[in-house]
Amino acid sequence: MRCALPAALCGMTHPRLTVAPGTPAQPPQLQSFGEPACESNAMKIHEYQAKQLFRDYGLNVPDGHAAFSVAEAIAAAEKLPGPIRVVKAQIHAGGRGLGGGVKVCKNMDEVAAAADAIFGMQLVTHQTGPEGQQVRRLYIEDGADIARELYLGMLLDRETGQIVLMASTEGGMNIEDVAHNTPEKIFKVWIDPAVGLQDFQCRQVAFALGLTGKTVRKAGVFFKKLYEIYIDKDCSMAEINPLVITGSGDVIALDAKVNFDSNAIYRLKDIQAFRDLDEEDPREVEAGKYDLNYVHLDGSVGCLVNGAGLAMATMDILQHYGAEPANFLDVGGSATAEKVTAAFRIILGDARVHAIFVNIFGGIMKCDTIAAGIIEAAKQVGIDRPLVVRLEGTNVEIGRQMLADSGLPILSGADMKDGAQKAVAAAKEYAANL
Amino acid sequence: MAVLVDSNTRLLVQGITGSAGAFHTRQCMAYGTNVVAGCTPGKGGQTFEDEVTGKSVPVFNTVREAVAQTQANATMIFVPPPFAADAIMEAVDAKVELIVCITEGIPVNDMVRAKTYIEGSGSRLIGPNCPGIITPGACKIGIMPGHIHQVGNVGVVSRSGTLTYEAVGQLSARNIGQSTCIGIGGDPVKGTDFIDALTLFNDDPDTHAVIMIGEIGGSAEEEAAAWIKANMTKPVAAFIAGLTAPPGRRMGHAGAIISGGKGTGQGKVAALEANGVAVAPTPGDMAETLLKVWKGE
Repeated sequence: MRCALPAALCGMTHPRLTVAPGTPAQPPQLQSFGEPACESNAMKIHEYQAKQLFRDYGLNVPDGHAAFSVAEAIAAAEKLPGPIRVVKAQIHAGGRGLGGGVKVCKNMDEVAAAADAIFGMQLVTHQTGPEGQQVRRLYIEDGADIARELYLGMLLDRETGQIVLMASTEGGMNIEDVAHNTPEKIFKVWIDPAVGLQDFQCRQVAFALGLTGKTVRKAGVFFKKLYEIYIDKDCSMAEINPLVITGSGDVIALDAKVNFDSNAIYRLKDIQAFRDLDEEDPREVEAGKYDLNYVHLDGSVGCLVNGAGLAMATMDILQHYGAEPANFLDVGGSATAEKVTAAFRIILGDARVHAIFVNIFGGIMKCDTIAAGIIEAAKQVGIDRPLVVRLEGTNVEIGRQMLADSGLPILSGADMKDGAQKAVAAAKEYAANL
Repeated sequence: MAVLVDSNTRLLVQGITGSAGAFHTRQCMAYGTNVVAGCTPGKGGQTFEDEVTGKSVPVFNTVREAVAQTQANATMIFVPPPFAADAIMEAVDAKVELIVCITEGIPVNDMVRAKTYIEGSGSRLIGPNCPGIITPGACKIGIMPGHIHQVGNVGVVSRSGTLTYEAVGQLSARNIGQSTCIGIGGDPVKGTDFIDALTLFNDDPDTHAVIMIGEIGGSAEEEAAAWIKANMTKPVAAFIAGLTAPPGRRMGHAGAIISGGKGTGQGKVAALEANGVAVAPTPGDMAETLLKVWKGE
């Protein structure tokens, strides 16, 4: 059991202190654990969408309007009381402020200049990669009366299997740095799903944050509403940084970052409408249509594997033998020849791919299904780069025979190591002849 | 002997009439698993016929009814994701000792509630999002290909399905059999974890050595490493998948994600090695790595 709370508080906030069988009981340690971070395959939404969700639940947020052009941004700003207004780039990646995507403006001229500068820019943050992300949407927000900036986050704690509410006095900072350097400044309470977030837990957090008077109660209401959203909307993460205490003691969300559990999207019709395909990798969107688990990477060997663990291990073994993987791709246990063909089309669509490694251990997935998919892909797409296939498991003999009979120039991997070495060598040879 | 499942296991299948449920029930029966009941709400009174074994399995509306009529002591769940957490809780309510949930894609918050429901009950959950559990030659509960296994003395515990097959394939190719193989699943909220499985293997006289297969995300491997050093009396070899996975990208499994600098493969390998566990340099070396520490080969 890890805990970042002072020892005296900790005992009170754990409803159950579970110890794995056979493990000697250990005192809670002052240690931080997984803080919210970019989780790119969860469904993400924009700040302005998250704030709309907050408004719907009665959480305080500053007045603001979304804008899809510079003219709309100026019109939106004129609707706000001002005089201070904030122009914010709307992209899914974090770290927008440091990247120049957020500007505080004192008058309408500054709003126009900021909107013009930010709209359409390639915004580079620590989460976008060096190529950045184009800004296609802006959010124009009224300035806030900031007395204190706090941090508030909610996410799953895998160790306890419970949702944890985390708060810190160090709002506005990079919370990952706070967790690393001063873990004692992050306060946590674990929420029992049977009863939900309790008032006493809200008070523990509020007092730990140094709140006083009526703000204690207001913060408690805020925390409970956030938990309500978290459960109602199947969030995988909700983060408000900074959470602001105003000069008059009100609690408002100055930023809002909410991710949703992709396993639950089927029952979140309203959240599905928030999806912004411009923010997603087109290859991953295409793969999603075929129910393929695909993550684009920067290497030279394309991978087609069944099973997430084996797919990761395939990336690792390629690197072990000296080449970087171009992707993670799990075709799943129920892949059809059509899915395999789609997977080839996506892999071959990446010009950086210099060779393809198909690594299959058929359990439920039958090797002949994979072989049929490869042959179909060769017909439909044309496989113009070296292909190494390692087949093992169910119907392996049929699959190997089908590939041999196809006359395709396929290199065969005797096992995973042999296949990986051949794929690395083939990729290097292909690159050398380019 | 082995752990958790053997020839005395009496299996119920929740979702037996669905296509995946029916297919894998037949595969399990063909392997020799004693399937005694099925459960599909609204189809109580029907029977599930298996032509290969010639057996007929009664189907019930509720798990309670199935257990009362057939004394099932284990269940395999193939219920679709929106209803799977409910199916797990129904099995807990009916006091089924072992619940194996194969279903992939259960909403995490559903599992948070189900996990609380299991706590303090007498039931053990394996999974969800897992291949299941097999004691070679005696009982197969799940979707793993039975034919790659051999009876023997190596316990295998893994977060990944196909990587388990890879390890088993490497062992069987060297004529080294397995006592029991447990797929604990790739979800962030799950039942049986590494330490639970290692505890079972440590106490099982038929298990002489263990292969543990982890992956990026969470800290279960680090905790298991410390537990192994303090408690384990048998040799353990490990492999961690995802050393090359970039942070913040979920690698297929809901639980396989490096978040906020935590859960990296490198950190897990270092923790295992620091606690005396041999870590295979590549996924092609799992059996060899175990043999080195087990038999000095």
